[in-house]
Amino acid sequence: MIIEGADLNNREKAMFALRALYSSHGFSLYRMSKFEAYDLYARNRDFMDSASIITFTDTDGMLMALKPDVTLSIVKNNRHIGDDIRKLYYNENIYRVSPKTHYFKELMQVGLECLGKVDDDCICEVLMMAAESLALISDRAVLDISNLDVLAKIIGSCDVSGEVEEEITSCIGEKNLHGLRKVCDEAGVSKGNTELLEKLITLYGDPDKVIAELEASIGERATGEVAGVPDCSFADDIARLRRIIDAFEDSPLKSMISIDFSVVSDLDYYNGIIFKGFVEGVPDGVLSGGQYDRLMDSMNRNSRAVGFAVYMDYLGKLSRFDGEEVIIRG
Amino acid sequence: MAEMLNVALPKGRLGDRVYDMFEEAGFECPSIREKNRKLVFENEETAVRYFWVKPSDVAIYVERGAADIGVVGKDILMESEPEVYELLDLDTGKCRMAVAAPRGFREDTQAPLRVATKFINVARRFYASTGRDIDVIHLNGSIELAPILGLSDVIVDLVETGNTLRENNLEVIQEIGEISARLIANKSAFKFRSEQIEQIVKAMDIVVENRK
Repeated sequence: MIIEGADLNNREKAMFALRALYSSHGFSLYRMSKFEAYDLYARNRDFMDSASIITFTDTDGMLMALKPDVTLSIVKNNRHIGDDIRKLYYNENIYRVSPKTHYFKELMQVGLECLGKVDDDCICEVLMMAAESLALISDRAVLDISNLDVLAKIIGSCDVSGEVEEEITSCIGEKNLHGLRKVCDEAGVSKGNTELLEKLITLYGDPDKVIAELEASIGERATGEVAGVPDCSFADDIARLRRIIDAFEDSPLKSMISIDFSVVSDLDYYNGIIFKGFVEGVPDGVLSGGQYDRLMDSMNRNSRAVGFAVYMDYLGKLSRFDGEEVIIRG
Repeated sequence: MAEMLNVALPKGRLGDRVYDMFEEAGFECPSIREKNRKLVFENEETAVRYFWVKPSDVAIYVERGAADIGVVGKDILMESEPEVYELLDLDTGKCRMAVAAPRGFREDTQAPLRVATKFINVARRFYASTGRDIDVIHLNGSIELAPILGLSDVIVDLVETGNTLRENNLEVIQEIGEISARLIANKSAFKFRSEQIEQIVKAMDIVVENRK
């Protein structure tokens, strides 16, 4: 059956295009219910702000929620993965309070997840999918990549309270150099560690340049040099970034890749490679993802995971698909 | 020719001071000094477009991309926590965010503390970190009046010289944070206009250092 979709808006066209992209790369469509037991979010309170969830009581008395998130449901429903890598994509609506308007909103997400024995090759593939997703949406896009383990190690060796850790992470997320210096000074963070953290703000952009500068300044730091933490070396973390950037070497998408440590996420759930995608003309990030092995651990899954979501509601104003006819073969 | 960079300036004395800094940094737009009701001023040579915005709205313009960069007080950033980059402390418009109470105030720890403030999120977060139960009274102005008339026990407000507090028999009992004007940037604009934005930040940083 062939359907010609001339009445589709740009958001819908983008949705079909992304679904076709993921499907053609061997990802399987994963469908979910709109509703989820509220209990899932109550048990993962730190991951999801469970106060901002639309709930209702079902006919059997069970407290249910309109899904505020897709990842938790996918993790919950994929228990036994074994030695495989499960490659899934989804197209779902979620229900959240908008941080801008403070009212509930229905948001469409298209995304993908890999669960199982996720290795660096898999992570490279997911990043390539993220870059291709951005290229599909716009000619002018940037994919910021970070390695959260670098930040986690430095913060870990600072030996400060959870509150100060959050403030430091916040400053790095805001590229707030003056704020960072103040927080570190007041918390008694060593000069060496403060300088390392400052580097995470001042070093960004061209991946080859950033990695070279990282290797020159912290690559060789080994046992004992980062105060108080034995075997603290950044060489492996930088090498991972280098490997990932190398995967883009022969790709026309390489020009959109950037390294930027201001991509930050909750250190309790995310680890390693995390990333955020921006397109020109849209004021917010349109794509967000990363590794979340820690969330998998907290839900007792003996597996690793990596994925990303594209926020379709930001794509409505883009002209990329203007006048484009869509033909859907089913 | 470089694309125009949209800069949101806060209307008022702070905005005038901040514009002087932009001018000193080499991003002048002489037409902004003309006395008229215009809201938008551009200079093609320096590739900047300034517009006057209500101070509490600057962060909204920047967060939503209507402005690429803007200048806003840290008090507003603390209250609304917009998703923006905070690139520079302009070291002007300095004051403190503090808890103030009538002189000699003794807290009744048996009851929730009644806190009158414009900054309801700052107040909630501050007292949440101390574990103190509070009753927030959201007021929009003349906050000092509240404890005097028994509407509240304390207030959370900005304090400059402290004269207003002193003249009304109030005093600062706790400091929450130091406030000053900050240069903020839209995150997406930063990705695609980084050279232009970095240039302005560097030049403004020199102006800030020279003024110290």
